[in-house]
Amino acid sequence: MIGMFAYNIPFASIFIMMITAIITPLIPNRKRLPEKLSCLSIAVVGLLSAYLLYELTASGRTISFNFSMGHFPAPWGNELRAGPLEAVLSLVFCTAMLLSLTGNFSSTAEDIAPARRNIFCVLVNLLTASLLALTYTNDLFTAYVFIEINTIAACAIVAVKEGPETARAALRYLVMSLVGSGLVMIAICLLYDLTGHLLMQNMHNAIAELVATKRYMIPLTVSLALITAGLAIKSALYPFASWLPDAHGSSTNASSAILSGLVLKGHIFTIIKVFYRVFGLNVIHALRMDTAIFILGILAMIMGSVHALRQNNVKRMIAWSSVAQVGYIFLGVGLNTVAGIAAACLHIIVHACVKPMLFTAAGGLSNAAGHRKGLHALMGTFYVNVWAGLGLIAGAFSMMGIPGFAGFASKLSLTLASFDHNSIVWALTALAASSVLNALYYVPAVIVVLTHNKDARKNFTAPAPTMSYKISMCIFLALNFYLGLFCVPLLRLITRGVNVL
Amino acid sequence: MNEELRKIWQSFFDWVMGNGPRPENEVIPPEPPPDLPFTQKPKDKYSRFHEATLKERYDQWLEIHGLHLFSVLYGSLSVLTCIVIVSLLLATVAELPPFGHERNPANNEVIRRYVEHGGHETGAQNIVAGLILDYRAFDTFGESAVLFTAAVSVLMLLGASRRNKFDDSKSPHADGAGMDFLQRGPPALRHHVFRNEDTILRGVANLSIPIILMMGCVVVINGHLSPGGGFSGGAILSTALILAANAYGFDKVHWFFNERTFIVSSSTALMIYALSKGYSFFTGANHIHSIIPKGTIGNILSGGLILPLNICVGLIVAGTLYGFYALFSEGDM
Repeated sequence: MIGMFAYNIPFASIFIMMITAIITPLIPNRKRLPEKLSCLSIAVVGLLSAYLLYELTASGRTISFNFSMGHFPAPWGNELRAGPLEAVLSLVFCTAMLLSLTGNFSSTAEDIAPARRNIFCVLVNLLTASLLALTYTNDLFTAYVFIEINTIAACAIVAVKEGPETARAALRYLVMSLVGSGLVMIAICLLYDLTGHLLMQNMHNAIAELVATKRYMIPLTVSLALITAGLAIKSALYPFASWLPDAHGSSTNASSAILSGLVLKGHIFTIIKVFYRVFGLNVIHALRMDTAIFILGILAMIMGSVHALRQNNVKRMIAWSSVAQVGYIFLGVGLNTVAGIAAACLHIIVHACVKPMLFTAAGGLSNAAGHRKGLHALMGTFYVNVWAGLGLIAGAFSMMGIPGFAGFASKLSLTLASFDHNSIVWALTALAASSVLNALYYVPAVIVVLTHNKDARKNFTAPAPTMSYKISMCIFLALNFYLGLFCVPLLRLITRGVNVL
Repeated sequence: MNEELRKIWQSFFDWVMGNGPRPENEVIPPEPPPDLPFTQKPKDKYSRFHEATLKERYDQWLEIHGLHLFSVLYGSLSVLTCIVIVSLLLATVAELPPFGHERNPANNEVIRRYVEHGGHETGAQNIVAGLILDYRAFDTFGESAVLFTAAVSVLMLLGASRRNKFDDSKSPHADGAGMDFLQRGPPALRHHVFRNEDTILRGVANLSIPIILMMGCVVVINGHLSPGGGFSGGAILSTALILAANAYGFDKVHWFFNERTFIVSSSTALMIYALSKGYSFFTGANHIHSIIPKGTIGNILSGGLILPLNICVGLIVAGTLYGFYALFSEGDM
């Protein structure tokens, strides 16, 4: 069925990252050794995930398997579960994490004090481990535990850059995120009381039985609403997204890239799992949660862009654009069909590749403009740091949905997925309006960056981009074009993954 | 036609540049003063003398009354939200299965196996210890890692790395964005005034610290036999450290427990947990025979990995709780 080596990969991935995190405080903090060790571990886990993906799909059949953590089988012990979708997501998470770290290698050195850098690496490793655990877990309480690790580590990598605004942003993020954790905790307690299980498959069966016999409908609805709201706060769905622009806009570039590209996605994938694997699409529809998510998704798509239009700081603009992009993902989830969820997963992947590139590019450009982040200060910086300029242009085109760039693929699949849905008019209108709004703030940014500024070259004394920056940007650009041009096999793979989710 | 296009482009260009709408026939100054960056350009480039517009009056009114209005609105909205959520949750709780009823959904085969076979399957007399450190040991590993994450984060924010920055004047990052914030405030001060003559506290501490330490060790080591375990025992151990710090001063505690000791002990404990439990997970999932003996129920050396894991968790909890106390009260550890 599946090789012994591949069978152990989900477990090994999580443990490699955890052990790297635990060992990092003990290794000498010299020559940026901790960062190199983290990059190495993340690369190894990425390669393992790629191999797992190959094993799961190569035979033409779609395989998924359970991995019991310990000697006790599933309802008694913990369990991991892996299928093609989980393997793809962990591969993308590792790739984006690695590129975010290597691309911002030099800006991390500028922003973070040397004594703090190894702890920054501990936190990054813990974040990666928690993302992998959220991806692979088949147990709702394990998911909660790793959501906690994720929350604390995410807040800390905002505060790792010293300054009043990062302290305020981190505190705000912490408060909002803990409210979310509390809601998720209450919901899990309620669900355990109603079903007697924490394993997703068994919860699903128990909930199906409760719904069929119409028992405990109020607690069931409330627990679904609470867990959705809690995870929505953590994944910055619009009305709960007020913490995001501060946290993502003020932190160091590597943190912004990781938070925007990856941390939000871990929580969104948990929502997808709760909807798809714990409750089931029929129950979600019966309890009307799909409509709520759909409406909030549309609201986020519009309002995120409207807020982004008003920003003058390039990083805050990109951060608000994340709110809009999260709206796209929730639109796909709110469609409540396999095609919708597959499109949402594709957008998770696209955004996880594009947003770190945008933050890395914005960091490079504002570095070229002498650490100024105002949009107008960036005039002509394209000609100072061409790689960053190319990254910003490609990322902007991708977010607008220009054909050939990554964002086009996911927007197209969202559109196609909405054809089977009753609310097709709303979905299409929102997609069109949001794309236009995206263009309204990304096009001026691109024009500003490309406008010739005679003083740019002589005023800007930024060092030339390092080799790691150039290589990371190259891979980012390649990924962007790959996702834009060859998305059909990937979408087919994701659909197969969703079907066995 | 060309003129039209030029005008549209001009207005778009203005909008990109952040200039307001331009009055008709306005003479555009040939070039802006070159020395000012755009953001500092005088804003009244195109303004004319005028009375306060409605917008300005609104802004003025908002500046005077805005904060009050906001706080009233915020307060009433939060009370309203709380009332709604509280009543919703109360309604939910009223609908839940009755507490402790035998036909509840939670009383199923999962609980039955824990209670009936927990003893001989895990080797632990304390079912809860067997549950959290053997059946669901992965969750407990995550919980310990949560504590580790929190401790490391607080240490990073308040600990030595922050203090060193003040001494580190030759740091190449002295011109970083955060430095002005740091230079504004004095270095972290020792708030704790330590008095030598506090004989009552010292006397009580002399008496009670050994007892507390012993109690903590018993709770940790007997975790698999009686109620207790790493989390509760670690909390007890940390109170002994906190009491010692208050009676004798943090400097005395530094002799045997400082930042480095804390990092090393926590990391080592978590590493032992990860490696030993990783072995157990690996053998379990691949159906390989595990070499870890279960022992006889009721003996101190029983329960497989539960005893060493309890000691690891106890070390992490004790260090973390004392670390939080020291860092938040002293800014130092």
